[in-house]
Amino acid sequence: MSKVSRLVTLNRATLRDSFSVSFTVGAYGVAFGAASVANGFSVLQSCLLSLLTFSGASQFAVVGVLGAGGTALSGIATASLLGIRNGLYGVIMAPRLKVSGFKRIAAAQVTIDESTGVALGQEVRSPEAMRQGFWLTGFGVFIFWNLFTLAGALGAQAMGDIRAWGLDSAVPAAFLGLVWPRLKTSSDRLLAIGCAIFALAMTPILPAGLPIIATAFIAIAVGLRQAGSSG
Amino acid sequence: MNKYWIAVTGTSVIAFLLKYSGHSVPEKWLSHPRIQRVNTLIPIALLSALVAVQSFTEKSKLMIDHRLLGLSVAIVALLLKAPFPVVVISAATSSALLYHFI
Repeated sequence: MSKVSRLVTLNRATLRDSFSVSFTVGAYGVAFGAASVANGFSVLQSCLLSLLTFSGASQFAVVGVLGAGGTALSGIATASLLGIRNGLYGVIMAPRLKVSGFKRIAAAQVTIDESTGVALGQEVRSPEAMRQGFWLTGFGVFIFWNLFTLAGALGAQAMGDIRAWGLDSAVPAAFLGLVWPRLKTSSDRLLAIGCAIFALAMTPILPAGLPIIATAFIAIAVGLRQAGSSG
Repeated sequence: MNKYWIAVTGTSVIAFLLKYSGHSVPEKWLSHPRIQRVNTLIPIALLSALVAVQSFTEKSKLMIDHRLLGLSVAIVALLLKAPFPVVVISAATSSALLYHFI
């Protein structure tokens, strides 16, 4: 497809889908910025996480683990395990985007749940709409997520005692909101409850942060069994 | 460098490497159903553990306090299919109110 037609055929429905996802998801950045500061990160560190890590679940995880007293290593490990899925999204998107060099670096940085989701949702329209959906949503979420992170971090910094504002409950509520849509089957729900109980049971025994990472091994064991039994 | 800076740097570097490596490996390497299944389950496990630990622990002790109300309100909001900001704000508000009264 030529450069000219690429410029003029920006699909309006794709633009609308991308913008609505970008804005609503980006607005969650307020919750992240506030949670990050509430867990002991500075405003600058919170903003750098949003700019550089740019993956909501990983960011919430690293501030959650360190806020609970975990080491940097257990925070990084938990966040990175949650970031593996972005790598798999990259595998899905690479043959569709067909980019290299700097464009590939940019594409990698904005490869997240939302950009991949919107892109695959546009595939029925056209391959071109699919690529536009990826870039528009990727950069759209990036811009709003970072602006709202700054707002949330500054807001939390101004609040003082975080418990008086309920921020200590906002963080687990945010995690719950992230995991809720993933619980599609009763075995998913059973895994979620089992991992929650396991992490609580291990909290008085293991060093902070480890009870959380340890649940990844439960997921791996269950996943291998399920995939094995279904062929 | 304190643990916060180490965490910010380490998380960011690995997050990018994971994304970039995905764009650089052949698709067939990772399309195995076992890898797909495990990849779906890992976020469920970690996020559920985080919900529990952030709601019911203080340092290395188990504790039930005002956060239980916040979590309960969040569950009700999610059952009513409330959007994410409503879930978070209603949890925070109810928890803060209880914190002021106990």
